[in-house]
Amino acid sequence: MSRSPLSVNRFRIIFISIWVGLAFDITVILKWYGLGWGWPVAIIDSLISCVILFILCLPLMITLRYYTPQQKNYSAIFIWCVFITGVWLALIDWLLTLALGNYDGYIAFMHHSRIIRGSIGFLLTGCVALAFVIWYNLEEQKEIEKRKQDSDRLAKEAELFKLRQQMQPHFLFNSLNSINALIGIRPEEARKMVQQLSDFLRGTLKKEETQWVSLQEELQYLQLYLDIEKVRFGNRLSTQIESDATTNEMKLPALLMQPIVENAIKFGLYDTTGEIMISLQAKTDGSDLVMQVKNPFDPETSSSSQGTGFGLKSVQRRLYLLFGRNDLLRTESKDNIFTTEVKIPQMPVPGILN
Amino acid sequence: MKVIIIDDEPLARSIVKEYLQNHPELELVQECNDGLEGLKAIQELKPDLIFLDIQMPKINGFEMLELLDQPPAVIFTTAFDEYAIKAFEAHAIDYLLKPFNKERFDKAIEKCLSSPVNRPGLIQSNNSKEKQTQDLLETASHSPAQSQRIVVKNGSKIKIIPVQDIFYLEAADDYVKIHTKEGYFLKNKTMNHFEQVLDAQHFVRSHRSYIINIQQITRIDPYEKDNHVAILRAGNKVPVSRSGYTRLKQVLGL
Repeated sequence: MSRSPLSVNRFRIIFISIWVGLAFDITVILKWYGLGWGWPVAIIDSLISCVILFILCLPLMITLRYYTPQQKNYSAIFIWCVFITGVWLALIDWLLTLALGNYDGYIAFMHHSRIIRGSIGFLLTGCVALAFVIWYNLEEQKEIEKRKQDSDRLAKEAELFKLRQQMQPHFLFNSLNSINALIGIRPEEARKMVQQLSDFLRGTLKKEETQWVSLQEELQYLQLYLDIEKVRFGNRLSTQIESDATTNEMKLPALLMQPIVENAIKFGLYDTTGEIMISLQAKTDGSDLVMQVKNPFDPETSSSSQGTGFGLKSVQRRLYLLFGRNDLLRTESKDNIFTTEVKIPQMPVPGILN
Repeated sequence: MKVIIIDDEPLARSIVKEYLQNHPELELVQECNDGLEGLKAIQELKPDLIFLDIQMPKINGFEMLELLDQPPAVIFTTAFDEYAIKAFEAHAIDYLLKPFNKERFDKAIEKCLSSPVNRPGLIQSNNSKEKQTQDLLETASHSPAQSQRIVVKNGSKIKIIPVQDIFYLEAADDYVKIHTKEGYFLKNKTMNHFEQVLDAQHFVRSHRSYIINIQQITRIDPYEKDNHVAILRAGNKVPVSRSGYTRLKQVLGL
C-alpha cells in the first residue's frame, strides 16, 4: 500500500498551509469586497466554508489511496468533485444562514455569490483530487521500480551463487578416498587431512558471494586446497605463493580465485605426469590487485583452445556481474606454461553489488 | 590371477593394494600412473583383471581400453558422478565408487571370480569377454567428455586427435578412416558410433559412408544428378548424398 502524502511531514505542512492560506484569502476578500459587515462575519464565513470543504474532501482523499483510477475512469473523479461541491454548497447555505442570517443583506449576498462559491469549491476539490492522483501514481511507479531492482538483484545473487556452487564434486570424493587409504597406513595423516578438508569445506559454505575478504585470508584458504591436493598426489605437486604486506591487505571477492586455481590444478596436475609446480603471485597495478596463477600443461593432450575451461568462463561471468567489466581476466599460454591473470579493482563501483 | 592397478593417485592405488591382501589368489603384478603406462603393462604382462580409474593424464581409462585388442576383465574405480556410471552400469564386471569399503571391494572380486568368463580352470571364451567389454565401451563412450578427442593407434604409437582437427570420416570395411592434415588414421569402430559421439552441430553424416566436419567445408558443388560434393579447405572432395545434403543445409542454416 502506498503511503498517503499526508503521512509525509513536508507535504502535511504544505497541505495545511494551503488551507489556512485559503481561509485567510477568503476572509480578506469578504472584508474588502463584502458589504461592510466587518471582520467577524468575514472570518466566520471563511472558516465555515473552508472547514466544511476540507471535511468533504477527506473521503475523496482516503478513497484515492485505496483506489487509483485508470485513465478512462477520470470521469468518476469529475463526478465525485461535482457531487462534493453540491453537498458543500447545500451545507454552507444552511450553516451560514444559521450563523450569519441576522446580518442585514447577508442572505441575499450569500445566494448571489453561490455561483462563485460553487466554482471555487469545484476548482479546489478538483485540485485536491488531482494532486492525490498524481501522488499515488508516482508512488506506484516508485514501487514498481523498486520491485524491479529487487528482482534484478535477486537474479544476480542467484546466478553468482550458482556459479560458485559448480565446484568439482570429484575433488571431494577423491579426497575422501585418500583419507580412507591413509586410515589404514598413516592414521595421523588421515586425521590431519580430515581437518584440512573440513576447514576447506567450511570456508566454501560460510562465505557469501558479495563478501569481500583480504587476500591473506583467501590465500590461506587456497593453501588448504593445495595442501589437500598434495596429499592426494604425493610428491608430484609443489606450490609457490608470493604475496607481500601490501597485497596481503588488499581485498577481493570471496572465493574468486578458487575456480582459477582449480583450473590450474586440472590442467597442471590431473592431466600431467611427473613433478609440477603451480605458482600464485600477487602484485599491484596502480590501485588494483593483480593475481597471477601459473601452471604447466601437457601440450599433447590439452590443445591450446581448451585453455579456458568452464572454470574460467564462470570467473569471467562473475567478474562481469561484480564490476561490469570484461577485461579483468587474461590468459596466456607460452612454453607449456599456462598463465591466468586477474585484475581486481579496489574501488567499490557504485550501483554494483556491495 | 594377475592383477594390475591403474590410477594416477598413489593413495588410491594403496587402498586397492591393501584390500587385495585378503585375496591371495590375486597377484598384483604392476601399478601404473596413467593410461599409457597401463596400456604398455597390459600388453606386456597380460593381466586377468585390472582396476582402472577413468580420469587420468595422457589418455583416460576408456581411451586406454579402446586401444586394447583383447582387454582383460575390468573393475572401474572412480569418483565419477552417477551419470557416467549409469552409462556402463549394465556392462562392467563392476565399478567401485570412490571411496569404497572393503566389503564392497570383496563383492566386486567375488563377482569377477564367479563370472564364467574369468573363472580359472575354465576355457576362457574370449568372444564373450570381448563382447562384454565392447558393450561397455559402446555405452561408456557416450558420455560427453568422450567426444572431445579420439585416440588411435598408429603402428606402435598412440595418437590423440582433437575432434576439431578431423577433416572427415570415411567408412572402410570394419574400420573408419579418420582423415586429418597428417593423413588418415584407422579406428575399429562403426560410422554409427561416430555419428553418435561426435557433436552433431559440427559433424554431419553427408553420405552413408562419410561424416564431414562442417568447419572444414569451403563450398558444396552439384555433382551428377541429385548428388553434391563438398569441397574442403584442404582440397578434399567428399560425396554428399541427397539426404546428406538436406542434413547439411539444416545444420548450416541454409
